[in-house]
Amino acid sequence: MDKNKKIIELKNISKSYDGNKVLDDIHLYIYGNEFLTLLGPSGCGKTTTLRIIGGFETPDTGDVMFLGDRINDVPAHKRNVNTVFQRYALFPHLNVFDNVAFPLREKKVPRGEIEEKVTEMLRLVKLTGFEKRNVTRLSGGQQQRVAIARALVSHPQVLLLDEPLGALDLKLRKDMQQELKNIQKATGITFVFVTHDQEEALSMSDTIVVMSEGRIQQIGTPTDIYNEPKNAFVADFIGESNIVDGIMREDFRVTFSGHTFECVDKGFGKNEAVDVVVRPEDVDIVPREKGMLQGTVTSVTFMGVHYEIIVDINGFKWMIQTTDYCAEGSEIGLFIEPDAIHIMKKSEYSGMFGDYSSFSMELDELSDAESEEDE
Amino acid sequence: MSRPRRENRSSLVTRLTLAPYSLWAMLFILVPLVFVAYYAFTDNNMHFTFDNIAKFFNATSVITADDGSTQTVHTYMVIFWRSVKLAVISTIVCLIIGYPIAYIIARAQPRAQKMIITLIMIPMWMNFLIRTYAWMTILQDKGLLNNLFAALGLGRAKIIGTESAVVIGMVYDYLPYMILPIYSIMAKMDDRLLEAAHDLGCNSISTLRRVVFPLSLPGVVSGVTMVLIPSISTFYISQKLGNGKFFLIGDAIEGQYVANNLHFAAAIAFILMVILLIAMALMKRYTDSRVQGGV
Repeated sequence: MDKNKKIIELKNISKSYDGNKVLDDIHLYIYGNEFLTLLGPSGCGKTTTLRIIGGFETPDTGDVMFLGDRINDVPAHKRNVNTVFQRYALFPHLNVFDNVAFPLREKKVPRGEIEEKVTEMLRLVKLTGFEKRNVTRLSGGQQQRVAIARALVSHPQVLLLDEPLGALDLKLRKDMQQELKNIQKATGITFVFVTHDQEEALSMSDTIVVMSEGRIQQIGTPTDIYNEPKNAFVADFIGESNIVDGIMREDFRVTFSGHTFECVDKGFGKNEAVDVVVRPEDVDIVPREKGMLQGTVTSVTFMGVHYEIIVDINGFKWMIQTTDYCAEGSEIGLFIEPDAIHIMKKSEYSGMFGDYSSFSMELDELSDAESEEDE
Repeated sequence: MSRPRRENRSSLVTRLTLAPYSLWAMLFILVPLVFVAYYAFTDNNMHFTFDNIAKFFNATSVITADDGSTQTVHTYMVIFWRSVKLAVISTIVCLIIGYPIAYIIARAQPRAQKMIITLIMIPMWMNFLIRTYAWMTILQDKGLLNNLFAALGLGRAKIIGTESAVVIGMVYDYLPYMILPIYSIMAKMDDRLLEAAHDLGCNSISTLRRVVFPLSLPGVVSGVTMVLIPSISTFYISQKLGNGKFFLIGDAIEGQYVANNLHFAAAIAFILMVILLIAMALMKRYTDSRVQGGV
């Protein structure tokens, strides 16, 4: 499939449940042979978007286009789109072979051809020899593979994956990420992948669509999204960021935390208020008198590859990732290169993220576990 | 050292707490069954005999047809097969009516589900004799149904006293036992499976055929069992709705008992029990092989 061909277009899609707006004017193009990820916290509308593409929900307003045709009213079974469901939804009364053969039998494909295609699919997902096994007795990872094989066997143009790795343990998850990526490349089928895990999104995707509160916040490649976040929400959701208020003095000059820095951004108004993003790994620690900013180390956490240091600078807590050890309570200087500074326009999310004064790893994990449960 | 002793004590405690139930089961389930078997194989002087059993298979009677010709038949064989026939027809009708109802209930809103289930249960709170009498007034030659037909200009139909009337009575009495087990299986079914079937190219009908029906088979099996068994041994319905023309095996048992032929009544009951047990065992074997990995 051609990389530049739009397969799916979502135009002005909105959807409400009981007066709650779940999707608010979504515009999205999905191209051929693309690995696209819908990324966002729980309740951001990513699963609803996927279900609209799959044909399980109809939008209140807007059009769903498939290769140029409006498909709002085309039922799921007539769309050339298949889904890998969150909990796999394998048919418990059928064995592995019959699960994978299910869509082919519906199309009345000749017996020999079914045998051939199912065998090929099971080889692709590395389940050769599992044909006669009972699906309810397979491990989570194996069930996952059966679900993928079943969704791919009739060669849909788009495969939708609804948090498919959510129920797997970390190690298996990493392996499956790689494998999914390989399957996508091998088949050339467009994958639309839903996840709340930003690392997963960064490592697998060609395109990431960051969503929050029913709106698309940013669409871009993983490097774009990471290096050039559009607003404080994206900057905070993707990776770690220090987000501080700044004033754009003129092109390439910005003031924040009481110091004026050189930067690489331009095109803002004179003295425009902006959000400034500095990634924790882009800050260099120098002796106090040589730093552009000065602060006190309030906590140090050893993370293996690096230390994670929280530094108090005029009451704002910065996170810095460094391989140099600094003792708690020590006074240090910070040095920031021009290209480590990213300037964003003020948005509704300004001031909500990017301060590490209440930072706690535990809380982070707790909220992760919660968001896996719902949707 | 103390472990095995503790286990012994706990099992003794378990046995003691279970004792009342075991006793109850012995007294009211096992002992009556033993008595049925005992009476079936004894004569009036309580001597062992096969006569009662043999009588069931050998007793004959002469039937006079409308044209005056006569025919000799094995009485209880005829009654038995008639019972089986009416029970099977009733079960099939129950399945045909009950399955779609169960499906519709399971797909309804939760509040509607509760309401419909209650509506289905309400008639079960009434005694089945009363329900049967109610059907008599409905189906009579000058009953409600015929008056309705007459009012619509359709003419009156002869319903009471036919096999159809007996089947109607049985279906009405046993329909809830078909609906409820099928409904409970369907209500537990994962919606995602239906979505998956749609996603993989099935329209509503083939989703029903390829996913819903196979997954609901355990419910169908228990529904069929719960309707077939009691309707084979049913009595009274045929006497009232069939005008006594369709003597069923349950009526035969009752008749012999009332006539104080306890030993022969026990023999019929015993034979019926053995046949039903064999039928159930066969059915279980068949469905176990069909419903693999099921619910």
